[in-house]
Amino acid sequence: MLTILIFFPLFAGLAILMSGENAKRIALAAALIEFAISVSITLGFDPTAGTQFVHEFSWVASLGISYKVGLDGISLLLVLLTTFLVPIIILSSFRHNYKNPGLFYALILIMQMALVGVFSALDGFLFYIFWELALIPIYLICLMWGGKDRVRITLKFFIYTLFGSLLMLVALIWLWMKTPAPHSFDIHALYSLNLNATEQSWIFWAFFLAFAIKMPVFPFHTWQPDTYTDSPTPGTMLLSGIMLKMGVYGVLRWLLPIVPDGVHEWGTTAMILSVIGVVYASCIALVQKDFKRLIAYSSIAHVGLISAGIFSLTLQGMEGGVIQMLSHGINVVGLFFIAEIVMDRMKTRDLGELGGIRLSAPVFSSFFLIVLLASIALPLTNGFIGEFLLINGIFQFSTWMAAVAGLTIILGAVYMLSAYQKISLGEANKQTEKFADLTLSEKWVLIPLVLMIFWIGIYPDFFLGIAEPSIKALRDVIHVAHGITQLTN
Amino acid sequence: MTTLIVLSALGLICLFSEIFGFRKLLHPLILIGLIAAFVTNTFDWNNGGPLFNDMMIIDNFSVAFTGLLIGITFFWCLMSPEYFTEPSSESDHFALIVFSLIGTMVMVTFSNMIMLFLGIEILSISLYILAGSNKKNLASNEAALKYFLMGSFATGFLLFGIAMIYGVTGSFNLAAISTFIAQSAGQNSVMMLAGILMMMIALSFKVSAAPFHFWAPDVYQGSPTVITAFMSTVVKTAAFAAFFRLFLHTFSGTPSIWAPTLMIISGLTILVGNITAVYQTNFKRMLAYSSISHAGYMVLALLAMNQSAPSSLLFYTAAYSISSITAFVILLLISHKTGNDDIKSFNGLAKKNPFLAGVTVVAMLSLAGIPPTAGFFAKYYIFSAVMQNGYIGLVLLAILGSLIGVFYYFRVIIAVFKTEEETQEIKVNTLFRVLLVITSLAAIILGIAPGILAGLI
Repeated sequence: MLTILIFFPLFAGLAILMSGENAKRIALAAALIEFAISVSITLGFDPTAGTQFVHEFSWVASLGISYKVGLDGISLLLVLLTTFLVPIIILSSFRHNYKNPGLFYALILIMQMALVGVFSALDGFLFYIFWELALIPIYLICLMWGGKDRVRITLKFFIYTLFGSLLMLVALIWLWMKTPAPHSFDIHALYSLNLNATEQSWIFWAFFLAFAIKMPVFPFHTWQPDTYTDSPTPGTMLLSGIMLKMGVYGVLRWLLPIVPDGVHEWGTTAMILSVIGVVYASCIALVQKDFKRLIAYSSIAHVGLISAGIFSLTLQGMEGGVIQMLSHGINVVGLFFIAEIVMDRMKTRDLGELGGIRLSAPVFSSFFLIVLLASIALPLTNGFIGEFLLINGIFQFSTWMAAVAGLTIILGAVYMLSAYQKISLGEANKQTEKFADLTLSEKWVLIPLVLMIFWIGIYPDFFLGIAEPSIKALRDVIHVAHGITQLTN
Repeated sequence: MTTLIVLSALGLICLFSEIFGFRKLLHPLILIGLIAAFVTNTFDWNNGGPLFNDMMIIDNFSVAFTGLLIGITFFWCLMSPEYFTEPSSESDHFALIVFSLIGTMVMVTFSNMIMLFLGIEILSISLYILAGSNKKNLASNEAALKYFLMGSFATGFLLFGIAMIYGVTGSFNLAAISTFIAQSAGQNSVMMLAGILMMMIALSFKVSAAPFHFWAPDVYQGSPTVITAFMSTVVKTAAFAAFFRLFLHTFSGTPSIWAPTLMIISGLTILVGNITAVYQTNFKRMLAYSSISHAGYMVLALLAMNQSAPSSLLFYTAAYSISSITAFVILLLISHKTGNDDIKSFNGLAKKNPFLAGVTVVAMLSLAGIPPTAGFFAKYYIFSAVMQNGYIGLVLLAILGSLIGVFYYFRVIIAVFKTEEETQEIKVNTLFRVLLVITSLAAIILGIAPGILAGLI
């Protein structure tokens, strides 16, 4: 079942490659079927039963590589996020006629396959393959349908992320060598390794660089604003909504349990970098004129907070990280969609040239406000749950860090609300007077997002209930195998 | 032995085809002959033994590499008709190719230094002629002369090395030399050391590893494209197999002498090849430098010195050859249309011919070593083999090299997707289409199911 879930988008994508003009409708249908499969998997999922739907067979027997996939609560939530967002991303692109649509939608679906694969792989080598596989479609999407400076920017993005991945590959080979013969990449074999402190530190950095570049954590973020701004919006949504979660997920699944002593040694450094990133990106977001770029920097701030919360290793911090991954995915896709609508109608994203859109497009502005408030963590929205838990977790680790990281809420409110003010409020100018309100298909993109914002905001227990047993199990792995004392509650 | 006889007969038939006037049948005949040789070769699997009074030895290593060499030559023959514009020389050229294939076979099967020398000479002399076979082109003539001079120089080193080792051990036989080294238990004379180093230099020349690579770019660029394709795939594979057989089977008792040198050669080759390739604007020359850098990765396999070393070398040469053949076929088609070999000629290929664009992307991804292609697994396999031997620094250097590699391979991909004003369609005939589909599929299948080749020997 899980294997079908992973590879269905691949075959759908290959079919779409041949389909020509009807590509977008077929792609949407395929993505919805994929979503239905993932929902049916969720219905059969038992949160307390650990890793489920495991499918395993030997892949390259002579090298101990096997195909092994399975889902626990954390993976399931991220798979759901992927299958939920991809149809929305496809629907959001309906308003555009991309040239060569067959290839465009095929790449999106192949990307989806890689993402679902990353979130369900339980074999180190398989994880690496899916991880890299996700890079090629998004690279081609940005390269072929991106903005003016795309060639330079996408190459920088590709080489940057490949650099991190290759370090991770070296670390994985090293771990593989350390497993008892016949060597194996199986995640449980890797969890039960006994590595000394020096090895753990090296492996920590190899893994952390790969994940930190992907997220991105300060100071490895320099590829991100350019890439987000220059990509076609569906590409940006894939990158920010789902792909950066690969990095966070990697930390949870492959970094913390494998090298807990390395985390003990360097986790605080990682947290400090994350917190610096939060404040740094928020400050830069304050002075951005380009709305899309502003969202890109706000994304760095949010993901910095997630990463800090997870490295705090507290239950609240990790739970908050998982919930905030979902929330951020939903909110950022909504925000980028709104930026896209503004860009299309006004031919500019410059905040100085906008204003007064609320007068001509009240429905649009209301949706905008809801998504925006969710992004700045207003109570009753999804952002609040995530950030509250995260800051709570960081607080238990260090009061000072929580105080600094908490600035993100204030700064976020400042730049987001002032962006809203500049776009929707105030006097309308000649252009914005003619701003047409949302079309039906645009509403259909925003309605599910808004519903999710409130669902997570008002009743997060459903999602926490899925994730919590797995997070506890993960903490047990860290705790039992390596006996770190600082894990309390 | 049957394989050797089949191939020799095939070479003679090629020569006679002119006399008896069945030139038109020549091409299908060669393809059939190669298939026959491939089949007889597989009979030797697990069924080998010494040949010709211990001059050659057939083992699974040699059978696997012979199979690979015949396979690549088969694909090469599918792409070659484009090249033979003058019918008069067709039979000679095909005969030379078949003879050089025999040379490569001797190089992977030798168990006596004399046979190694003979194999390299059979191969090289045929290639000197082939490199210059575009008689009216100045670059082709230059390539032939350069290749000849450098090649003879390397052969001199080889002979010198063989003579010195004979002086110490009193034998040309690999097994005898190996026993001698084992018995001397680390007490190696200077002459032995010099002999081994000289042979290493000679073979580094042949595989175009830095700092003995200077002939390669000019020769690769100047020779007719199909011959370049042959040199950078078949010849390189055979030279590495010989390298491997000599150093890992025979000199394996003395790694302290040659391993540090090989480490330097490998690191240098990876860096020099990759960095110089970045600056190339000519696709053919870029492939030449990329071929140098791949030689660096293959030298890594020699350093692995463990069980997975032969398999990883076999996998790497196979993956590299398949994607190189694809790249050269594309180059043939494009330069035929545009009249030059520049990377610029790839501009807008996605519009002109989506099929060609697709196979170009697969070939470049595979050469750059990005999953899910064969090139990735090949690199992974070698890295993991070498890391087991403790060379982590070298692996990190190799990874740096791969990153640099992405620069120039992706430059081709970027050119392919460039939007170009003029859209001239490029036609691909059925034969080439089939060939490209097979090689691209092979690159992907080897990437997804590497178990087919990995762990074979």
